Amino acid sequence: MQTKETNTDFEVRSLDAMCVNESSLEHKWYHNIKYLFVGIAFGIVFVKAEIVSWFRIQEMFRLQSFHMYGVIGSAVVVGVISVWLIKKFKIKTIYGEKIEFKSHAFSKGQVYGGLLFGLGWAITGACPGPLYAQIGVGATVIVITLLSAIAGTWVYGYIREKLPH
Amino acid sequence: MSIFEWIKQPWPWYVAGPLIGLTVPLLLIIGNKSFGISSSLRHVCAIVVPANIKYFKYDWKKEMWNLFFVSGILLGGMMAANFLANPEAVKISEKLAGQLTVYGITDYTGLVPKQLFNWPALLTIKGLIMMVLGGFMIGFGTRYAGGCTSGHSIMGLSTLQWPSLVATCCFMIGGFIMSNLILPLILSL
Repeated sequence: MQTKETNTDFEVRSLDAMCVNESSLEHKWYHNIKYLFVGIAFGIVFVKAEIVSWFRIQEMFRLQSFHMYGVIGSAVVVGVISVWLIKKFKIKTIYGEKIEFKSHAFSKGQVYGGLLFGLGWAITGACPGPLYAQIGVGATVIVITLLSAIAGTWVYGYIREKLPH
Repeated sequence: MSIFEWIKQPWPWYVAGPLIGLTVPLLLIIGNKSFGISSSLRHVCAIVVPANIKYFKYDWKKEMWNLFFVSGILLGGMMAANFLANPEAVKISEKLAGQLTVYGITDYTGLVPKQLFNWPALLTIKGLIMMVLGGFMIGFGTRYAGGCTSGHSIMGLSTLQWPSLVATCCFMIGGFIMSNLILPLILSL
């Protein structure tokens, strides 16, 4: 058993107050509104490119369409180039902070959890982002899927120590 | 064709993919944030039902930006559906149409198949599996894997992290197994 708490989460950084990656800047809540606008743009792209479509996801996993592979592939290429440029030119944030990248360790969770998520992705035709967009387009019943996903997250947190990582 | 009409058409992958990729530097530059969506589910747990669980004890206020971001996705979905909707029915591949007709799925309007995902269907075994169990696997699986398609497949791969490549491959394997081997059984329930 592990005695030291390890961060298996690639998305959440401030697990404790000692987190070295934490921004020292304090902002008022309304600074978050800019993320709302990024989200709106993102949601529009999700819907207009039909990434939130259950049919598109089935086509991807049945190898019947190139669409989703093109979307994910070109997104990764643009992401890789952007991150490389940020590192090369030491681009700072709009607040003048250094942009930090953290590397993560491998955990067995990426295999077990990854497979489980893949199964869920293909049934619902949605990963977490598209769930929000699907509710937005008016598929109100997806609220239940979202609540169930929140429940799944909670159960993971509850039994986390007993799972292989 | 006016620009507005052009926007209303479904967007091709080479427009959507790069726009999604650009979210990575955008979030980094406007606030040093790592792109990731499934963590929002964890923040909701931390805020609403932390239940003294160690995994949910962290300063969620510092992660509030993420909840603003996902609220934006919901609003963006609403805007796209109400103002930029594609007037024509969604085109799906003929192969998929053929395979789905066998299970009685013939309505391709809308992004979510109305014949599978609707409120009355929640009371059927098929509906419970597809909406409730499916959602549960998304929530449990993404946190166990430490991220979802955005956190691992976009952000993780953009920063060249090999654990994210492992996770992405596992997402795909899980999806192939479900769509080709298990989903046909669920749909025939």
